[in-house]
Amino acid sequence: MAKTKVLERKPLSLAERTYLPQIASGLKTTLGNMLKPNVTLQYPEERPVIPENYRGVPTLVRDPEGREKCVSCQLCEFVCPPKAIRITPGEISEGSDTEHVEKAPEEFEINMLRCIYCGLCQEVCPEEAIFLQDIFSVSGYSREEMINKKDKLYELGGTLPDRHRKWDKKKAAEINGPAHH
Amino acid sequence: MSADAKAETITINVDGVDREVPKGANLIDAIEQLGEEIPHYCYHPKLSVVGNCRMCLVELGMPMRDRATGEPVLDDDGVQKIGWMPKPGIACSTTVAPGMHIKTKSQVVKDCRNGVMEFLLLNHPLDCPICDQAGECRLQEFATDYGRGYSRYTEAKNVKPKRTRIGPRIMLDDERCILCSRCIRFSKEIANDDVLGFIDRGSYSTLTTYPGKQLENNYSLNTVDICPVGALTSTDFRFKMRVWFLKAVPSICTESSVGANTEVWSREGKIYRITPRRNDAVNDTWMTDSGRALYKQVEADNRLRAYQVDGKASSFDAAIAAAIAQMKQGKTAVVASARASLEEQFLLSQMVEATAAVRVDMVSHYGDGDHLLLSEDRTPNLRGALLTGLINDLPDARLDGLGKAIDAGEVDTLFVVHEDLAAAGLTDAQIAKVKVIYAGIEENSSSANAKVSFPLLTVFEKEGSFVNQNFRVQKFHNAIPAPRGVVYDLHLLETLRAHMVGESPTRPTVPAVWELMAQKITCLHGLDFRGLGDLGVGVDAGRFASLPFVESKNLKHDPEKRSKLGVEAGATA
Repeated sequence: MAKTKVLERKPLSLAERTYLPQIASGLKTTLGNMLKPNVTLQYPEERPVIPENYRGVPTLVRDPEGREKCVSCQLCEFVCPPKAIRITPGEISEGSDTEHVEKAPEEFEINMLRCIYCGLCQEVCPEEAIFLQDIFSVSGYSREEMINKKDKLYELGGTLPDRHRKWDKKKAAEINGPAHH
Repeated sequence: MSADAKAETITINVDGVDREVPKGANLIDAIEQLGEEIPHYCYHPKLSVVGNCRMCLVELGMPMRDRATGEPVLDDDGVQKIGWMPKPGIACSTTVAPGMHIKTKSQVVKDCRNGVMEFLLLNHPLDCPICDQAGECRLQEFATDYGRGYSRYTEAKNVKPKRTRIGPRIMLDDERCILCSRCIRFSKEIANDDVLGFIDRGSYSTLTTYPGKQLENNYSLNTVDICPVGALTSTDFRFKMRVWFLKAVPSICTESSVGANTEVWSREGKIYRITPRRNDAVNDTWMTDSGRALYKQVEADNRLRAYQVDGKASSFDAAIAAAIAQMKQGKTAVVASARASLEEQFLLSQMVEATAAVRVDMVSHYGDGDHLLLSEDRTPNLRGALLTGLINDLPDARLDGLGKAIDAGEVDTLFVVHEDLAAAGLTDAQIAKVKVIYAGIEENSSSANAKVSFPLLTVFEKEGSFVNQNFRVQKFHNAIPAPRGVVYDLHLLETLRAHMVGESPTRPTVPAVWELMAQKITCLHGLDFRGLGDLGVGVDAGRFASLPFVESKNLKHDPEKRSKLGVEAGATA
């Protein structure tokens, strides 16, 4: 049998025996919290402030002129770990304003049942066309509803400023530049 | 290359290591055989050497000899000195020589490649996201190896036309062109259709077609394959799918008896394109444009997709039962097909035995050959039907003999594989006189009048082998799944045979059928399906070598020495 060591218990002091200091310190904590400002967020009536670079629902954005930025290079489809993205590439017909871009998605689907909000699609996009913005709550009544189609993606994405204006520069070069004779 | 030439090797020194390479080889090819690569754009093993891209610059040297005496010049350690050329030379126009020293990794060589890349990328558009070549682009690959990652060029880039149609199947993007001239040399040297050329000078240089002409020969899409960048693109494949999603499966072109080796590129059961696969004994690195379009039969409107009895869709078992009941009534004739694979023809010949068929006929499909890679015989496997013993002589274009037999009441049931009976010369009255059991890929007059129809699979949906014009057995693999509910052709034939003799059917695999074939067919002795390899094996044509085949001389076929070539190719495969 293991050896047991019996410890001497010290008798309580007078102050301890009255319990008053303990009650006072407990009340201090309670009263302190009563007087602090309220931190509870009344969701969904109140919405949290979303920090910059938050990774919400992936969306497609348009440039300030309202033009489609995605050229359906399918890099996001390739990089997507849960294979949530599905693109059907298409050609921009000749005679259109953006014919020099040549390529645009015919259909663009992101399956929000699969998406893991990792942000790799945003990181890989060479045209800065896909962004994970501040939408964090998605719901639907059917599986189909949870697949965001191209229209929905543009509706969610809106317009973001464009620092590069790559295709505008390209068009300007075609018109003014050292054009091939 | 024959076995003798392979034995003849010489020693060259690559980056300080002595290596054995074939005698007389081009330096780029020799290094490639060693498993390394000298980057290059304009060089192509099957085209003439022009040396205009300068990407393959390497340092070259030979062991030094005294000019007067011919004695080796030794250094202080008694080792023969190497006389390095003062400037790097291009590997593509260098033939290996004994004792040759080359440096492929020195700083000078790297600087050369960096310099060439910088010039090539000066005016190159930033098109990779929309360029079909991305993923298999040599410029992209070497830019990651030798590019500097940013441009020092501050002037505006050259702007050139981006959507020039230079042929019915080819789109040219001038901005991407690096002026390697592969397409020009191909058109001139291989396709014998010299329509392409460069006009203008310097940065204005442009690829164009001869005025009033187009790049429209039946080999035009090979220029897309050999274009090292995305300048030439196929209008059929353009913007359809990025290449990194596609899975390439080795296959064989069924267009003609040439049997060009191909790769079938598919994603999730959908084929996007067919490209040639190199086989120096069959098609080098080329194939026809018409052969590339054959994948469209997979989703053709007239594809037979369901088992049918009396024109109504039925189950596989019901169709088998109906066919067996019909064939057991006796006097069955078989119309075999040179479009079926060797294994299917073999199982069909077994079925012919089991049903005690009264006769076996076959229909020839001949057209004009182009003396290159489209032969006169437009079926992939006529030789297979001979080897498997389905037929003993060359078939006719019309089934006149069968027609007479039907008129004479010698045939009750007709088992037809692939063939269109009306097109093969049977009259409506003759077809009406017999019960037709049809097995084929597409709906035609045979299926329209058939009592039982069995859908068969395209070459992309099964595996097997074909015997080409030189009696070379080549295998193809399964690229995409079969249509829903359709069994493999081999399974169908085996089920029919087994039911005819009262056995319980098995599910034969191609290797299993090959084991049987290797026993029963003399010229296939000692071969198995796996042993065919990717490049195929030539077999001895035996007594069929003297048959008057229709193929005239083409790229790798010479009727004069037909049988000899087949045996030779087999020896090295």
